Amino acid sequence: MTRHYPVLLLLAAFPCVAQGPSGDEILAKVDRNMFSEKKIVLSRMIVHGRRETRTVESKSWQRGTSESFTEFLAPAREKGTKMLKLSDMLWEFSPSTDRTIMISGHMLRQSVMGSDLSYEDMMEDPHLPNQYSAAVSSEEALGGRDCWVLDLKAKKQDIAYGHRQVWVDKERFVVLKENLYATSGRLLKTAEVRDVMHVQNRWLARTLLYRDVLKDGEGTEFHVDSVAFDAEIPDYLFSKAALRR
Amino acid sequence: MIAFLLKGLLRDKSRSLFPLLIVFMGVLLTVVLHAWLNGSITSLVLATAHFTTGHVRVMTKSYAKESDQIPNDLALLGIDSLMEGLKRDYRDLLWTPRIRFGGLLDLPDEKGETRAQTPVSGMGVDLFSVESPELSILNIRDAVVRGRVPRNRGEMLMGEEGARKLNIQPGDTATLIGSTMNGSMSVTNFVIVGTLRFGVVAMDRGTVIADISDIRQALDMQDGAGEILGFFRDDVYNDGRASAVASDFNSRHALIASGAKGQDTAFSPVMGTLRLQSGLADYLDYIDLYSGVIIGVFVLAMSVVLWNAGLTGSLRRYGEIGIRLAVGEDRRHIYISLLVESLMIGFIGSMLGTMAGLAIAWYGELKGFDFGAVMKSSTLMFPNLVRARITPFTFVIGFLPGLLATFLGTAISGVGIYRRQTSELFKELES
Repeated sequence: MTRHYPVLLLLAAFPCVAQGPSGDEILAKVDRNMFSEKKIVLSRMIVHGRRETRTVESKSWQRGTSESFTEFLAPAREKGTKMLKLSDMLWEFSPSTDRTIMISGHMLRQSVMGSDLSYEDMMEDPHLPNQYSAAVSSEEALGGRDCWVLDLKAKKQDIAYGHRQVWVDKERFVVLKENLYATSGRLLKTAEVRDVMHVQNRWLARTLLYRDVLKDGEGTEFHVDSVAFDAEIPDYLFSKAALRR
Repeated sequence: MIAFLLKGLLRDKSRSLFPLLIVFMGVLLTVVLHAWLNGSITSLVLATAHFTTGHVRVMTKSYAKESDQIPNDLALLGIDSLMEGLKRDYRDLLWTPRIRFGGLLDLPDEKGETRAQTPVSGMGVDLFSVESPELSILNIRDAVVRGRVPRNRGEMLMGEEGARKLNIQPGDTATLIGSTMNGSMSVTNFVIVGTLRFGVVAMDRGTVIADISDIRQALDMQDGAGEILGFFRDDVYNDGRASAVASDFNSRHALIASGAKGQDTAFSPVMGTLRLQSGLADYLDYIDLYSGVIIGVFVLAMSVVLWNAGLTGSLRRYGEIGIRLAVGEDRRHIYISLLVESLMIGFIGSMLGTMAGLAIAWYGELKGFDFGAVMKSSTLMFPNLVRARITPFTFVIGFLPGLLATFLGTAISGVGIYRRQTSELFKELES
């Protein structure tokens, strides 16, 4: 009997070992899986409007979490439109007018290219651990994959979504579903991953449906056509001058 | 008898002057009040029709449900054929397409960076077609304060108040940042060629107007328009005629929609009348009700005052009536003579009051009254300069109550004659 004391003591001292990782640990692993210092993404956004469906193609260059440059490639009307995010500033360049407009104030709430994504969503710090504290609320199977369901509470007041519910694949540490709530508790947006891909030892969402539940319509589908981690990105791209090039 | 009574009234001013003044003032105020209310309602209806709803308005069913939010993604498409049909089927109306939109006007500095921004609400209207009624409906030529009306593509007019705040001069370039029909951000350059003052605070503050072809291009709405407005050729709104046109149009298009299986009826066109749009029906009903109540209360108050005047007169003429009874004059005759006197006072007072009221109302119709100072933050489609409006009803609105009030006042107070006892008369007269 005395031989078992050290084992029992160990179990009593570290109860979490038996319960699995904490919410914050899971979130940190999700973060490591998703981010790299430099990334180039080629994607399509299929916007299901109230009247018609249209596809918007774009290429994005991302450095860290606060710098990104996006160029829209299609449709013809949007071709050449560029967006630059530097820290908490966002500019959009319109080639037809040769004007660079700073997106600020209530314009941040506008939809990006008619999609369910707002400029405010684009301005969010994508590193969730910076903004939220996480707790595991339950475990669920989603599309045949075992998931942790995390409850994320905002650490700051001035944040678009005060509360998030996130379904994380236990094995791949990829987010498969997400519900975004206002501080009041009202559901604002949902995201459902329909397909994942394995790129450079990371699991990423390939196709996801993002939906603003306050809008009519069937939401916006995002398709990642290609992603290159740690790619070479010239410095000049993250400057306002690059918008006019 | 009438000549005799008239002489009495003229010679004994204390018998006629006070009631005459009351009738005069009461009738004058009633006439002026009615003309002002009438003018205000007409101004409101006219401004709402010209700037917002037309006499009738065609939109898609879905757009009509959310028209306050200007949902251009639900706008009418295939405008050319729709306009052709409207012009062919309803010839007694002028038809014109419009696109309303909201956005930001961004003013660049020399380097092309944002110097200033202001929210604007805009209208794309047909400024270039020869047959377009817009220049006269919106009275654009007269409303231009500085600069000129757009003549070429890419030109825009802006509200004078907004332009002054941002120090915009005719000839300056501004960028309109809006939202396309598909919800994308739209960025379009315009040259501000002139500034406008419509005399409606809500319009003058932040309105921009450009040709509909430019707005279609900017908002990606080719062959589209948010709404088609119809105006009767005499520019007078007639609810009966408007309802008949709307009902005919809606029944035709309901038939087309039911015949076209598989088509989304949410985008079928529907027509609404001015009265039933923008909550104007309830508003006008309220105005009608309250103007009726105000005038009713006014007439009632006038009657009470005149009744009181009649009572005072009866008391003052207590001795006179006693003597008339004592010398054998019939009570009925005295009562009738007092009623005839009151009718004469009422008639003369009402005539004079109506004439004076009409003169003031006519002046108000010519010159108007400027409410601009008290409507600085108004969002109502209400013109700053409100003019009185004289209608045939204005001629009688004060006259009949003026006549009736004196008559009723005397009729009630004169009943006291029948309570006088002949046996008591001499005793009363001695004292």
